[in-house]
Amino acid sequence: MVAARTVLDADDIRRAVRRMAHEIIESAKGVDDLLLLGIPTRGVHLARRIADEIADIEGAEVPCGALDITLYRDDLALREVRALEETDIPVEGVDGRIVVLIDDVLYSGRTIRAALDALADYGRPAAVRLAVLIDRGHRELPIRPDFVGKNLPTSQSEKVKVRFAETDGEEFVVIEQVSS
Amino acid sequence: MIGPHLLSAADLTREDAVGVLDTTAELASVTDRSVKKLPTLRGRTVVNLFFEDSTRTRISFELAAKRLSADVINFAAKGSSVSKGESLKDTALTLEAMGADAVIIRHGASGAPYRLATAGWINGSVINAGDGTHEHPTQALLDAYTLRRHVRDADGIGADLEGVRVVIVGDILHSRVARSNVLLLRTLGAHVTVVAPPTLMPFGVETWPCEINYDIDDVLPKADAVMMLRVQAERMAGSYFPTELEYSRMYGLDSRRMDLMPSDAIVMHPGPMNRGVEISAEVADSPRAVVVEQVTNGVHVRMAVMYLLLGGAPSGTDSEGREG
Repeated sequence: MVAARTVLDADDIRRAVRRMAHEIIESAKGVDDLLLLGIPTRGVHLARRIADEIADIEGAEVPCGALDITLYRDDLALREVRALEETDIPVEGVDGRIVVLIDDVLYSGRTIRAALDALADYGRPAAVRLAVLIDRGHRELPIRPDFVGKNLPTSQSEKVKVRFAETDGEEFVVIEQVSS
Repeated sequence: MIGPHLLSAADLTREDAVGVLDTTAELASVTDRSVKKLPTLRGRTVVNLFFEDSTRTRISFELAAKRLSADVINFAAKGSSVSKGESLKDTALTLEAMGADAVIIRHGASGAPYRLATAGWINGSVINAGDGTHEHPTQALLDAYTLRRHVRDADGIGADLEGVRVVIVGDILHSRVARSNVLLLRTLGAHVTVVAPPTLMPFGVETWPCEINYDIDDVLPKADAVMMLRVQAERMAGSYFPTELEYSRMYGLDSRRMDLMPSDAIVMHPGPMNRGVEISAEVADSPRAVVVEQVTNGVHVRMAVMYLLLGGAPSGTDSEGREG
C-alpha cells in the first residue's frame, strides 16, 4: 500500500526555484563567474530553470550544463550496469569558476561525492556550491547543501518523488509512505 | 544490456548495438578532458591474451582498460609458456587462478574465444579480439560508430544505420572484419555489399545477409561508405590472384574510383594499410579517409564494451540500491 502526500505543487516549485536563483546570484556577488551543472536527469532540468530565472533577474546568460556521475558511483559493482547519461560541460570550462552543482533530491550525499570526484577531473573550480530542490536528510557523508528549495524531514521508509514537466509531463513533489 | 561475453557481432540485437554506440559517444568525451581517466573499473584486472601478433588491437584494448582504471596484464604467446606447448585450457586456468576479471583474446583458431567462454575454465568475461577467419566484433562496433558519426546528425545518439549503404571490398574470404561488419551493419539496418575477386569470396557467402558483387565500379556510385580490407601478404603465396598490380587495378581504391562515390561518402580501412595495393596513397591521405578517426573511435568503443561487461554486478545479483 502506498500513501502519497503532495509536498510542493507546480507554483511552489516555481517560487522555490526563483528564490534559489536569487540566493545563488547574491552569494556569488553577481553572475560573472557562475557555471551551473545539473546532475541527470532531473538536476539538468532544474539547472536549466535556475539559469532561466537568473537570466530573467540579471539579464545575463549563465553557462549551464550537465554532469553525469554514473562512472564515478561507489555502488557500480553492486548493481547491474547502468546506461550512461549525457555530460555536457559548457565551453567556458570549470577552471576558476564558481560551479553550482544542482540535483533534485539530496539524500545520502553519495551522488554529490561522485559529482565532486567527476568535477575534479574536468578542472579546478574556484569554488563548488550545491543547490537541491529537496533536502530529505539521512546523510551518509559530510556533505551539506548551500541552496535548498525545501527541507523535508523524512523517514527512511518514505520515498520522495519529484516530477518535472520536462521529463514526466506533470509537475509536483510527493512523499510516499511505502509500507510492506 | 550485453554480456557476460562479447564473442560475435551476431550476439547483439539492434537495441544492444545502439546502446554500445551511445555509451561510446559519452565515453569519447573523456579524451577531451584534462584528466583522461575514469575510476570506473578500479580494482578490476583485465588480461590481454594474444596468440597472434597485433600491436594496434592490443594497445587499443590496453589503453581503453587503463582509461577506465583497470589493471592490465599483457600475455603474448610469443616467448611465453604457450611457446613451450601449454594448452589454451592450462593458460586459462592460470589466468583464472590469478584472478582475471576479463580476458581479451586473439587467437588464430576460429572459435577459440567461444571455447574459452563456455568451457568453464574461467568465470570472467571473454571479449573476442579476433579469432581466425571468424569474427572481430569490436572492430565492427568501431566501424559502425565511425559510420554513424558521419551519416547521422549530432553524433547520432540513439540512431541506428537504417538505409545506409556500405561497400566492403577485398579479401572477404579470410576477413573476420568483413564477417563481423556484415552481421553488425545488417543488425543496425544498413545495406551491405561485399566486393571481391571470386577466389576471395567465402564458400556460402550467398547465405550472408548482404549483396555480392564482383565489380567495384558498379557499386561505388551508390555507396555512403566504402571499407577497404587489407590484402594480407601471407595470402599472396596462396595464388588467390595473379599479381599485386592486377589486384590493385581491379579492386584497389584510387582517386578515379573515389570520384565515382557520392561527394559525402567516406573511405574506411581497418589498418594497417598497404598503400598502393588496396588503397592509393592519394586516397589514404584525402580528407574523406577516416582511418585515423577509426583508431581513436576504437579506444572509445572498447571502453564502452568493457564498461558494459565489467562495470556492473554480475546479472541477477542486483541488490536494491537507492538514489542519493
